[in-house]
Amino acid sequence: MLYITSNIFIHLLPNRISYEIKKTESSMSFNIENYFSYQLKNLIFHYKGNVDSNTISRVLDLFDEKMAVANNSSRLRKRAYNVLVESLQNLYHHVDKVPDDFNEQADRFGVLWIIKTDTGYQIVTGNFIYTDNIEKLEKRIQKINSLSREGIRDLYKFILSHQGLSAKGGGGLGLVDIARKTGNKLNYSFVKYNDEYSFFYLNILINEEQKD
Amino acid sequence: MEPIFIEGTPKTPTIKFDSKTGIFEIKGRSIPENAIEFYKPFVDWLETYKVDPLSKTVVSIKLEYFNTSSSKCILELFKKLEAIHKAKNEVEINWYYEEDDEDMLEAGEDYEAIIRVPFKMMEITM
Repeated sequence: MLYITSNIFIHLLPNRISYEIKKTESSMSFNIENYFSYQLKNLIFHYKGNVDSNTISRVLDLFDEKMAVANNSSRLRKRAYNVLVESLQNLYHHVDKVPDDFNEQADRFGVLWIIKTDTGYQIVTGNFIYTDNIEKLEKRIQKINSLSREGIRDLYKFILSHQGLSAKGGGGLGLVDIARKTGNKLNYSFVKYNDEYSFFYLNILINEEQKD
Repeated sequence: MEPIFIEGTPKTPTIKFDSKTGIFEIKGRSIPENAIEFYKPFVDWLETYKVDPLSKTVVSIKLEYFNTSSSKCILELFKKLEAIHKAKNEVEINWYYEEDDEDMLEAGEDYEAIIRVPFKMMEITM
């Protein structure tokens, strides 16, 4: 079920917010919700469960409505919407299977937080990943994070023109597009669930003035 | 050859390829999860159209949003148009973007850099 945790999302934020990710969780105390080390006062909404096409539509509609009343610039609105599309569709296309002993079984299990910040939005997604797949994903993110804005644009064009359509459709452009649209580094972490599985968090900031 | 037309939805664009006039349009949002499936009939249609195209084809792209899954499919469509252009037919792609939407402008420029078809960047004043 989709649920809105707060209808009012224009709050004053504390002066300093730490976007640091907790990296010290042990698998024994694994709790998806423990991601944030601070209280989420400006949560627009939170979703946890199966990420299917209908869920994506509903979340996008809700976000659209939220942004429409938030008086954002149309540039921020478009970027945030685009980034949310890619984040959700990354979950849709790329999540690994849920561990058998996990208490919520779903074909495509994912978690999402959308938070209003004083300069824009923060979108955090989480999903299970086979530990064996971490290295590949981390290398990919590190590569994107090492590039300049122009470098990211070139990489986007390269992938677009040189790599064929994958069965999943995205062809590996999603993360590159997120980095390109936000102008920010991709903040991420892997939290061990057990020997076979980890949980991957992607923490995306979309700021009003960024990018130029 | 019959024109092909599909009405838009919240996740897919309105597409009109009119083989009688040579005026083609893609308009709206293109954010389906499975873009390949959505675009396949249009890629196939262009494959047939390119065998015997009109002497002039004008394509207008008026997208508000498109996802990365669609971006590859749009490139596929453009490649068909490139082949038509290469065969000495006139083809023009008009890429529309809203005046403050530099991301959409850049996206158009990226395609322009990849595809050998004349592009026109068309700013929509709000």
